[in-house]
Amino acid sequence: MLIRTPDDIPPSEITPPDVYRERRRFMQSLGGLALGAALGAPAAGAQSLPGVRRGAMTLDEAQTPYRDVTTYNNFYEFGTGKADPARYAGSLKTRPWTVAIEGAVKKPGVFDIDTLLKLAPLEERVYRMRCVEGWSMVIPWVGYPLNALIRQVEPTGNARYVEFHTLHDPAQMPGQRARVLDWPYVEGLRLDEAMHPLTLLAVGLYGEVLPRQNGAPVRLVVPWKYGFKSAKSIVRIRFVEKQPITAWMAAAPREYGFYSNVNPNVDHPRWSQARERRIGEFRKRDTLMFNGYGEQVASLYRGMDLKTYF
Amino acid sequence: MTGALRNPRTWIALICLLPLMRLIGLALTDGLGANPIEFITRSTGTWTLVSLLVTLAITPLRRLSGNAGLVRYRRMLGLFAFFYACLHGLTYFWLDQFFDVAAIARDILKRPFVTVGFAALVLLVPLALTSSRAMMRRLGRNWQRLHRLVYAIALLGVVHYLWLVKKDVTEPLVYGGVLAVLLALRLPWVVAGIERARRGSIPGRAGTHLPGRAE
Repeated sequence: MLIRTPDDIPPSEITPPDVYRERRRFMQSLGGLALGAALGAPAAGAQSLPGVRRGAMTLDEAQTPYRDVTTYNNFYEFGTGKADPARYAGSLKTRPWTVAIEGAVKKPGVFDIDTLLKLAPLEERVYRMRCVEGWSMVIPWVGYPLNALIRQVEPTGNARYVEFHTLHDPAQMPGQRARVLDWPYVEGLRLDEAMHPLTLLAVGLYGEVLPRQNGAPVRLVVPWKYGFKSAKSIVRIRFVEKQPITAWMAAAPREYGFYSNVNPNVDHPRWSQARERRIGEFRKRDTLMFNGYGEQVASLYRGMDLKTYF
Repeated sequence: MTGALRNPRTWIALICLLPLMRLIGLALTDGLGANPIEFITRSTGTWTLVSLLVTLAITPLRRLSGNAGLVRYRRMLGLFAFFYACLHGLTYFWLDQFFDVAAIARDILKRPFVTVGFAALVLLVPLALTSSRAMMRRLGRNWQRLHRLVYAIALLGVVHYLWLVKKDVTEPLVYGGVLAVLLALRLPWVVAGIERARRGSIPGRAGTHLPGRAE
C-alpha cells in the first residue's frame, strides 16, 4: 500500500497546516466571524482537536476551502438541498453520544464517543471525495483507521459484512420527517473493505471537531467509493453474515449498488460518471478509477465484474 | 418616460428580469455557493419552467376573469420563457460542457433527461421565431396549431426536471401539478363550464364583477 509522505509532493501544491492555522488565527484576531467565513477559513468557535498527527496522508491537489466543505453537503437527514445541512444541523446533539457495536463480534458493547475518540491516535488524512452526482472535493479529515476499532471488538468467523447506522431521530434531524429515504440511513462494507487501511473513522476536518453538517460526531470516510457510502453521525455498527441492503439500494436498486466504487466506466443509469467538477474549478476533470486509489484497493475486487457489482 | 412607467408591460418586463438580476448580483458578490455552475443551471431552469407556466396561465385567467386584455402580455411572457431557456441551454453548452460537441451529443442521445430538455429547447425556437404580429397574420390558422406545441414543451420541461432529480421528486411534481391544472382548464367542457358560470351569475353582463374574480 502506498501512503504518500509529505516529501512526495511539491511544497508549492499544498497549504501547510501551519499556514492555514496561522491564517485562521489572523482572521480570528480581526474578530471577523463573518469575514472568516467569507474567506473560507474555519469559523471562530470551531473546536480544534488536540494531539492530531499532521500530514499522515497528504495529496498533491489543492484542498477544497473550509467554507465549501461545510456549506455544500448531501445529508438528507437535514433536507435534500445542498445548503440544508449547514442551515438545519444545529439541532443535532452530539453529546452525549454512543456507538453500539453489535452482531458477530466477540466483544460487543456500547462505546461512548469520548472513549471512541481516544481509541487510537488521531491523524490527518487528505482524501479526494467524489459524489455520485458528479462533483468532488479534497478534504483534510481527522480520524483513525476503522480497523483499529474492528480489531478491538474481534469479529467472529460469521462477520463478513459491516453495517453502519446513522442516528434516527426526527426531532434532531428534521429531514427525517419526510420519507425521502427509508430511515435510518444504513450503509455497509465488506469486512475486508472495512479493514482496509484507507477506511477512516473520522471525527474532524481541517484540524477541527467535525461540524454537524459533515456527520458529527463520528462518520465513515471511504475515499474510493462514492460519497454516500461514507455513513455520517453513526450510532450503530453491526457485523453481519449477509450483504446488507443499504438505504440507497432500497431507494433505487437499479441506480445504486452495494459496492458503489468510483468508476468512470460505469455510468449512473441517468448520467455519466466519466468526468467530475472539482468544487472551485471551472472545467470538469476526468474521474479516476477507484477515485485515484486503485493502487491501494484494486486488489480487493480482483476477478469481479465491476459492471455487475456496481 | 411616465408613459412607459404607466404601461404594465414595462413592469412585467422588469419583474421577469429579476431572476437574471439576482443571478448577476449573486455572481458579483460571490454568492453562488460552492458549485456556481450548478446554481446557475438550476436557477435558469427553474425560471424557464416558471415563466412557461405563467404564460400558460394567461388564457385560463382571461377566461376566469373575463378580462380579454390579459392576452396582450402573453407574447412577452412566452419570450421570457424562451430567454431563460436559452440561458439555461447556454449554461449547459458553455459553462458545463465547454462546447465539447461530442460530449454534448452523447449526453443528448444517452441521457433521457437531457434528451427531453434539449427537445423542449429546440421546439421553443419556432414559437419564438413566429411570435411577431406579422408572423401571426401570415400563418393565419396555422399559427395557433403551431403554438399548441407549447403544451408539449411544458410537459417535456416538467419531465426533464423529474428525471434529473436524484430522489426527492416533490418540486418537479409541484410543477407537474400546476401544469395539469392549467391544461385541465383548457378542456372543452371545463371551458364551457367556466363560460356558463360567468354568464349565469350575472346575466347579460358577462365577465364583470364576479365574486372573487382574479385580476
